[in-house]
Amino acid sequence: MNTKPAQNRGLTAIDGAMVLIVILLIVQIWLLSATLESYLAGHRDAAIPGAVISAVLFAACFALYRFVDRIDSEVRRPGN
Amino acid sequence: MGWFRKPSSTPLWRDEFSVFTADERYVNRRQFTKFLTLTSFGMLVGNLWILAKSVVHRKVSYPRVPIAAMDAIPVGGVKMFSYPTANDPCILVRLAVDRFVAFSQKCTHLSCAVYFEREQNRLECPCHQGFFSIEDGSVLQGPPQRPLPRVVLEKQDALLVAVRMEGESE
Repeated sequence: MNTKPAQNRGLTAIDGAMVLIVILLIVQIWLLSATLESYLAGHRDAAIPGAVISAVLFAACFALYRFVDRIDSEVRRPGN
Repeated sequence: MGWFRKPSSTPLWRDEFSVFTADERYVNRRQFTKFLTLTSFGMLVGNLWILAKSVVHRKVSYPRVPIAAMDAIPVGGVKMFSYPTANDPCILVRLAVDRFVAFSQKCTHLSCAVYFEREQNRLECPCHQGFFSIEDGSVLQGPPQRPLPRVVLEKQDALLVAVRMEGESE
């Protein structure tokens, strides 16, 4: 295995980001099902906080994706 | 002799087949991360759809509809009617001389028609054995998760009048 130390660090960072994204996604799936259940039960008050929290979770996922993308580009840069 | 290589040097196949496992893992993980992020966006769209449905939800105006003469239903008797539209079947039950209850007849599980089970004094959905309380329409047993919407009744002279629905989801 000819893996360089910089690549190893990059892989570790990407692994951590992926785990975080998976956790956020699980929370977001639960949030969607809970909001839908609440809506179908006639409680429409939950729709606004549900959408806001879902937007925050998506923003976090997108930020982590950008982080993964950046780390990947840096590690691939010649000289690393 | 150029084809002799030292054992510690990079093997010849590495020069000709320069695919590195770590590089492949980077690409695959980045694609998977993109997929997860798109899934997250899908969840957000779902939540926004629910929000849009909540905002533009039309306010249902319930008409006052006479549904039965009180004397026409004996104690323990049942009458079917439609409220608030002709496509919304409901069930009216007389529990006592001066006590009437009415609920939507659509089971909150899969919309089968519920009926009054007089011996057990409860509403039953025969499709999947869901049972509802005759007192308030709450779920007693079975797959339904939500109570039956209740029809609010008023007495007007000798008539029972449906005035609105409570606990309706749509």
